Amino acid sequence: MTAQDTQEATGPETAVPEATAAEATAGATGATGSAGEVPMVVAQRVRKRFGQLEVLRGIDLKVRQGEVVVLLGPSGSGKSTFLRCINHLEQIDAGSIHVEGRLIGFRRSGGRVHHLRPREVTRQRRDIGMVFQHFNLFPHQTVLENVVEAPVGVLGLSKAEARKTAMELLTRVGLAEKAASYPRQLSGGQQQRVAIARALAMRPKLMLFDEPTSALDPELVGEVLATMRDLARDGLTMLVVTHEIGFAKEVADRVVFMDGGQVLETGTPQEVLDSPANPRTRAFLSRFL
Amino acid sequence: MATTQPPATRDDPGKAELPPGAVPVVDVAGASPVRHPLRWLAVLLLAVLAAQLFHFLITNPHFEWSTVGAYFGAQVIGQGIATTVELTAIAMLIGIAGGVLVAVGRMSENRVLSTVCGAYVWFFRGIPVLVQLVFWYNLSALLPRISFGVPFGPEFISGHTNTLITPWLAAILGLGLNEAAYMAEIVRGGLLGVDQGQTEAAAALGMGRARILRRVVLPQAMRFIIPPTGSQVINMLKATSLVSVLALADLLYTVQSIYNRTFETIPLLIVACLWYLVMTSVLYVGQSFIERYYARGATRHAPQGFWNFALFRRRPDAPSPAADSPLAKEET
Repeated sequence: MTAQDTQEATGPETAVPEATAAEATAGATGATGSAGEVPMVVAQRVRKRFGQLEVLRGIDLKVRQGEVVVLLGPSGSGKSTFLRCINHLEQIDAGSIHVEGRLIGFRRSGGRVHHLRPREVTRQRRDIGMVFQHFNLFPHQTVLENVVEAPVGVLGLSKAEARKTAMELLTRVGLAEKAASYPRQLSGGQQQRVAIARALAMRPKLMLFDEPTSALDPELVGEVLATMRDLARDGLTMLVVTHEIGFAKEVADRVVFMDGGQVLETGTPQEVLDSPANPRTRAFLSRFL
Repeated sequence: MATTQPPATRDDPGKAELPPGAVPVVDVAGASPVRHPLRWLAVLLLAVLAAQLFHFLITNPHFEWSTVGAYFGAQVIGQGIATTVELTAIAMLIGIAGGVLVAVGRMSENRVLSTVCGAYVWFFRGIPVLVQLVFWYNLSALLPRISFGVPFGPEFISGHTNTLITPWLAAILGLGLNEAAYMAEIVRGGLLGVDQGQTEAAAALGMGRARILRRVVLPQAMRFIIPPTGSQVINMLKATSLVSVLALADLLYTVQSIYNRTFETIPLLIVACLWYLVMTSVLYVGQSFIERYYARGATRHAPQGFWNFALFRRRPDAPSPAADSPLAKEET
């Protein structure tokens, strides 16, 4: 699938004016072919600039439920920014992002689009998990406290209940015995696995991974990728920014290549990684051979 | 290097028989330490000065140590201490609470709010506390009546400033509002010291701004806030002595009122000094403990318990300089 194909695939909704974003979402559902299923993420002509620099120049992307999509591209291509726009850590300047049919960061009423209140944005983020390059665990809390914090504080679970779920998740990422440790007592790979468990504790419908292995020593990358592979196998919808081509090949349902704030190519791993149509994709991938 | 003569051989003719490139067998264990004659001279000098000071303390009759002893535990002094401690505690509470508010206001995206908070800091830091205290005390000259009500509308409560602003309230206002300005800067520095990624991670978990501040940012900022706040408390304890100008019976005013009567000036000032030292020492120990508490997770070591710390016990897992050297490891 080439960039042109993407345009065609998302054609129905990009053609309609923004005022009918809801219908566009419905159109997108139709485009996937599976009737009744709302796509997990629908990004339409997303634009974002930082001062003079236009980082995102009209991103169109659709992620189906249960799909694992890997975003590839050189640094500065806007992958991470785009990911951060999906849970509104960055506010987009134009276009729109829907997650499960809900407009992110804004609401429509009376034919106009309004900014959401911070409280409402906060609420939207509950269902979207995010894993960061630098883990960003809370260093003053133990591993268990890190995982329990949001379920208790945000979802209002009882401490006992949250602890039980947290221990299950820590067991799943292989770190149950580290529950009482502080993050700085762990290796980078272990910290990132805790960060994944912490995000999963909110039972997200969508997980965003922002270069989850880029800050790790090479020998620690494997354990984190294994954890992610495990999640993908369980059918979690994942959007992953990474430079791990091997992971993309093995796990991704779809690979999206971005450069200069645009999606240049999208398709199955075989299509994009083995026989890239775009010369810039080819140039980028040649560096990994 | 192997083909040329090693420089060591050239410098030391005694080792000339070594083949080129070889190194003599040396063991640095038991090497004699560097001598520091100047340090010994300084120690000697200080010892003489200490002896002189001791002699002065013992032999000078004007200290009137018996008078010091008599007043040290006196009830009236205790009341003065209580006032000093009370003023310190309340003014610091106002200072910390106000400081957090002003700091958060200064970091607000709202320009008006951040400017007003900035102006607050500028104003209250720019005027000496003593002047502020006297000003609050004399507020009635500027504002004879104080009333609360709808601005430009009806009044609900009103009263004479002189009855409302007692010396005690003037002291609390002067010290507390001034402290809030300093604490605002300390808190702001602490908040800025916490990595932005922490806020983002918490936000991505669906935490609201207030919760992020309370659960994630502030506990980490505490590590940066506590040490300067500790010295602020100690400063505040000492600054409360300024309220003696408002005829408020703190520790200093109490001893002053006694020696104005009895003319035992020096012994009573020494009583005050000793009590100030006792109180600041207690605060110092408390501060160190709180610092250790908020340092949890900041190092790879578990925080030390209070009693171990208070009794100067080394924590068992602390890296001592000796333990790091390979020689010490061989011994164990």
